[in-house]
Amino acid sequence: MTPPRALTRSLLAALLMAALLLPMIAPTYYLQFFAKAMLLAIVAASLNLVVGFGGMVSLCHGAFFGLAGYVLALASPSSSGASLWTSLPLALLVVAIAAALVGALALRTRGIYFIMATLAFGEMFFYFFHDTRVANGSDGIYIYFEPEIVIAGWRLVDLGNKTSFYYVALASLLLAIIVISTLVRSPFGAALMAARDNEQRARSLGFPVFRIRLTAFVLAAVLAGIAGYFSASQFGFVAPQTLGWHVSATLLIMVVLGGMKSVLGPVFGAFVLLGLEEILKSNIEHWKLIEGVIVIALVFMLPGGLQHLAQLAFSDRRAPAGQPGSGASRAGRQHHG
Amino acid sequence: MADIVLSARHLTKRFGGLVAVSDVSIDVHRDEIHAVIGPNGAGKSTLVNLLSGEITPGEGSVHLAGKDMTARSPDQRARAGLGRSYQKTTIFPDVSVFANARLAAQARSPKALRFFGDAGRDPVINAQAAAALSEAGIAAHADTPARHLSHGGQRQLEIAMVLATTPSILLLDEPLAGMGPAEAQDMIALVSRLRNGRGILLVEHDMDAVFALADRLTVMADGHVIATGTPAQVRADPAVRVAYLGEDCL
Amino acid sequence: MDIATFSVQLLNAVQHGLVLFLVASGLTLVFGILGVINLAHGAFYMLGAYLAYWIAGYTGSFALALVGGVAIAFLLGLVLEEAFVKRLIGRDHLAQVLLSYGLILVIDEVRQILFGKDVHSVAPPAWLQGSIELTDVLSYPVYRLALCIACLVLAGIIFFIIQKTRLGMILRAGAENRDMTRALGISFDRVNRYVFAGGIALAALGGILVAPISTVFPGMGDSMLILSFVVVVLGGIGSVAGAAFGALLIGLTDTFGKVFFPQVSSILVYLLMVIILLWRPNGLLGRAS
Ligand SMILES: Nc1ncnc2c1ncn2[C@@H]1O[C@H](COP(=O)(O)OP(=O)(O)OP(=O)(O)O)[C@@H](O)[C@H]1O
Ligand SMILES: [Mg+2]
Repeated sequence: MTPPRALTRSLLAALLMAALLLPMIAPTYYLQFFAKAMLLAIVAASLNLVVGFGGMVSLCHGAFFGLAGYVLALASPSSSGASLWTSLPLALLVVAIAAALVGALALRTRGIYFIMATLAFGEMFFYFFHDTRVANGSDGIYIYFEPEIVIAGWRLVDLGNKTSFYYVALASLLLAIIVISTLVRSPFGAALMAARDNEQRARSLGFPVFRIRLTAFVLAAVLAGIAGYFSASQFGFVAPQTLGWHVSATLLIMVVLGGMKSVLGPVFGAFVLLGLEEILKSNIEHWKLIEGVIVIALVFMLPGGLQHLAQLAFSDRRAPAGQPGSGASRAGRQHHG
Repeated sequence: MADIVLSARHLTKRFGGLVAVSDVSIDVHRDEIHAVIGPNGAGKSTLVNLLSGEITPGEGSVHLAGKDMTARSPDQRARAGLGRSYQKTTIFPDVSVFANARLAAQARSPKALRFFGDAGRDPVINAQAAAALSEAGIAAHADTPARHLSHGGQRQLEIAMVLATTPSILLLDEPLAGMGPAEAQDMIALVSRLRNGRGILLVEHDMDAVFALADRLTVMADGHVIATGTPAQVRADPAVRVAYLGEDCL
Repeated sequence: MDIATFSVQLLNAVQHGLVLFLVASGLTLVFGILGVINLAHGAFYMLGAYLAYWIAGYTGSFALALVGGVAIAFLLGLVLEEAFVKRLIGRDHLAQVLLSYGLILVIDEVRQILFGKDVHSVAPPAWLQGSIELTDVLSYPVYRLALCIACLVLAGIIFFIIQKTRLGMILRAGAENRDMTRALGISFDRVNRYVFAGGIALAALGGILVAPISTVFPGMGDSMLILSFVVVVLGGIGSVAGAAFGALLIGLTDTFGKVFFPQVSSILVYLLMVIILLWRPNGLLGRAS
């Protein structure tokens, strides 16, 4: 049993209202936090397109997020902001090409090989920026001026303004959610999930599985790139760590924590994990220990994620607790050759 | 003579030292059922996999409706009109019976990979799926999750999915495997009907079914074709009697 | 580059490859036998190095550090297998990825609590200190040579176990075909537990052995993890011979890459992986899935 549809709808509408009104009441620090969380929620939701709906456990999604930030940093002139109209498409193009190359190679493999191959490719980007002087090596590189959004000499949005930036992040998140929901409902989404559930059958029905997966992989990377672009603009700094595999692993935690069966699950997963980190960080010195324990507990006690918990809250007694096909137990396994 | 919808020439497949399929040539004609029989390990499933493109041959070629498909992938062959069932049932167990058929119909639709629109609401695709379920005789179970179907029901569903892709050539790998007598009778009747307008390659162990259905028969053993012809010709072939059918079978 | 420098680099490459082999063979066995992907493998390598630093610091004996570190890692492996990993076998890879990532967070933080985040060094045993003069200006540390020999001996033992013993037969059969092994009446629970603990002990052993020639620092597990993954991908999952092959290849590429193309050396390793994956998606000695 899922929560009644009307209830879910009104809850989401209330959340959206709250998100729209937040800048009126919240102090700047929280606006920045929520903007950051919304951007990471985009990355988590896009990763779920690959992991949850596509059944491919990728460990290089963080690399696409970080890569877009690097493109912005490199495209920014030293004395002014880059134009968003050119630098954003450029960043997304670079990310799309990188994802197409990585995907084309990694998708030749299955299961554990795919995980390891994506991990290694992700690290390749890390070392590229870490070891070469292309972007100042391990020191990272500053973006002194936010990208400019200017039409005919008129500044549309000032990304340096915390409130404006918050709304840009919110709009990006909504856009990403709409794009992913549309994809998931579409024939393409049905084909992607069919390939996840039974690759052999999908292929012998005539679905070009490789092309479908590659498309999903690249689309997800581009969505992550949007978030990475704005995230770099928000912090004014990119370093190799932003594309390391720890980012990808954290994103996977968000995805599983929220629940992989829905588009919104990972969005909530991102908020919950970041909120939790925020609380732990300010109260406990060794907060990572707690986080690690929580991750381990998640694997064993809540494989379907928070979404599953929400479902349980609304379920009648007949609903089985841990459905075999639910949540985390699905991805990866089906992706075996 | 009817048109040849599928034609394979000199197919050979080795797994390490084992020659699973050795120099096999076979034709399937429209409106006909071409049965392939042979003892366990004869290479029948390997032959089907070679024809459907799931494995690539060491030597030989596969033509579909006159076009060379040897280098084509399984999905390309499927889109060229080849549909297949597997010896081990291969469906989407987690979704409904109807959704299985719908996915199959979608695969051949020009909108198969559209990024927008509701995949479940395409009237043409839905109609095609419903028709396939009716033809396979499981329309009554449309809303059941596929994994809850009986074994026989799942075999029927797999046929329905293949039908929903509107194939011109069907490869059926032991469609009767594991079925009870009543279910088997239904399946035999179904397969018999399906030959109209299509070509069928049928791998089957059940000799009664084979002789009831086959218009043409090929016998394999140890990867080789040891006999081919009409059922009557094959029945009379002494090599077959020794190698496979056994005197008491007939 | 003259012949002496070249020989030194070649020795370095081989030594690097041999250590990589030790660590990666543990990883590939755990993959192959348990079917479990263990991202925490590098964390155990790091832990081994810190244990070596800690025990050697207290006792002043590298030998004790070696034995103690490996024993602690092995016991830890047994405990973790019993507590967590056992329940992950047969579950999807994502759960395994998350569990092992959770373990990394815990291990890293425990290391932080116990040893801090400072960079340390470990002295090699006294009788292995010093260098051998190669030419007037070139010398090679004795410890590195000893390390090569130790790794070769260990590799020999690993291959002997796999090829010649009953345990090895079970391991080979297990990597080939789990069902068949089960049909032979072999208890997989016990094999799994010892393979997992042994795999982790190998990672820790690698960390301990390199402690005297590299610094002991928090991030050392990460780069080792990735390199081991590349080795396993190159060699083919579950194949120890493949791991040996892959490790030497990576050792050579990494070392000579640093000499000739210092800026892009770490990328060369991945380029190598790309090429091999293009050519053989299941690794050099991997079975087609
Ligand atoms: N992927 C593979 N790798 C190695 N050997 C294989 C592979 N597939 C099939 N074989 C071998 O090839 C031979 C032919 O197998 P195949 O499955 O084609 O036989 P079959 O005629 O379909 O048998 P059955 O009636 O039992 O289904 C067998 O010896 C089998 O073990
Ligand atoms: Mg067969």
